[in-house]
Amino acid sequence: MKQEIELKVNGQICEVEVEPWWTLVDVLRDHLHLTGTKKSCGEGDCGACTVLMDGEPVNSCLMLAIEARGKDITTIEGISQGGELHPIQEAFMKFGAVQCGFCTPGMIMATKALLDRNPNPSEEEIKKSLSGHLCRCTGYVQIIEAVTAAAEKMKTL
Amino acid sequence: MFRSLPRFEYLSPSKVEEAIGLLREHGNRVKVLAGGTDLIPMMKWGKVKAEVVVGLGGIREMGVMEFGPRKGLKLGALCRITDIEKSAVIRDHYPILSQAASVLASVEVRNRATVGGNLCNASPAADMAPSLLALDAKAVIASSKGERVIPLEAFFVGPGKTCLKQGELLVRLEVPAMGPRTGGEYIKLGIRKAMEISLVGAAAVVRVEGGKCEDARLALGSVAPKPMRAKKAEGVLKGKKVDQGVIAAAADAASKEASPITDIRGSEWYRREMVRVLSRRAIENALGKIKR
Repeated sequence: MKQEIELKVNGQICEVEVEPWWTLVDVLRDHLHLTGTKKSCGEGDCGACTVLMDGEPVNSCLMLAIEARGKDITTIEGISQGGELHPIQEAFMKFGAVQCGFCTPGMIMATKALLDRNPNPSEEEIKKSLSGHLCRCTGYVQIIEAVTAAAEKMKTL
Repeated sequence: MFRSLPRFEYLSPSKVEEAIGLLREHGNRVKVLAGGTDLIPMMKWGKVKAEVVVGLGGIREMGVMEFGPRKGLKLGALCRITDIEKSAVIRDHYPILSQAASVLASVEVRNRATVGGNLCNASPAADMAPSLLALDAKAVIASSKGERVIPLEAFFVGPGKTCLKQGELLVRLEVPAMGPRTGGEYIKLGIRKAMEISLVGAAAVVRVEGGKCEDARLALGSVAPKPMRAKKAEGVLKGKKVDQGVIAAAADAASKEASPITDIRGSEWYRREMVRVLSRRAIENALGKIKR
């Protein structure tokens, strides 16, 4: 039976009617039309569906939309400010950390959560933070470089 | 890959009694939902069926983490792995639990997964199990008859099976204080460094008094139908002056006590050998952590 729930996504309150078995990733993509968050494994292994929930990265494919009530959800669409790219997004572009781009939103959301907590991560800490994210294209090196560069840039802001 | 969940009715009680009532009412049609990191994939794969899903997230009392130097730790079943990993209280009083929490899956999974869920899923490889077993934790199970407390060892019955009966809910763990001159270590061996189901997991908690091992507990994951205590290995250490020879003998006993299988991640002989290696390392590291 559908239930009307209130979700707070990227700072905006949205009212959606959801069935209890709908996952958060499906509601974000199909009902709120925020298709930046990707569906890949559906099992919580690849990280492509990562969004921030109260600032913490979670696999949105493993969450029922109904369980996101009352939480602050941030998707990739929510991190650029007024048309300006977030330094993490710029760094990913500049350092060749994006090839097909499918893993990118998830990588960026996890990076944002990392840098918001730890502005000066070591390479090991970066790798640990991204350990739930798979990339089939880049080989990860450029991604780690981009995160390091973004951290540097964010310190100056 | 893009499998969807089957249809179900969703209920979200705010109290343990309410949840128990729902479990009794719906019998074998119901499953409880904690973090969802095991239940959701299993429902997508069709391995678990539920017509009614009871979301436990609204039950605050199940998410409480409380420590007292005499009473020890009360760890609510809904405590998230990430909170165990980051807790200063746990780092100070049960660093072995911080270690175990830090190697479970990934950051994203830890932000949703719960200690209760990890134990109730009852994989022989459950990452929180060996350290809790080595700490002599007790499981507190609620039902319409009240609460019953059992040693965590008795909680696991077989691969994927716990002793929970219909209408019962694991509500918290009670972990005795580690005590003075006690050190603990959890080592997880996997093919990957993260997002892995362990090949072998070894947790050692040892107490040394006057140069002798006063107490020793060694628990192993992934090498038996359920997480297990290696009691013969513990017996080798207890009461002895701990030296390389004694540790090696204990590790040897552990490797004989374990009953690993060959599966997609590794062979029986390799796991058995790794029990020996990890038991030795875990005991050595646990000893090394004892503050003089």
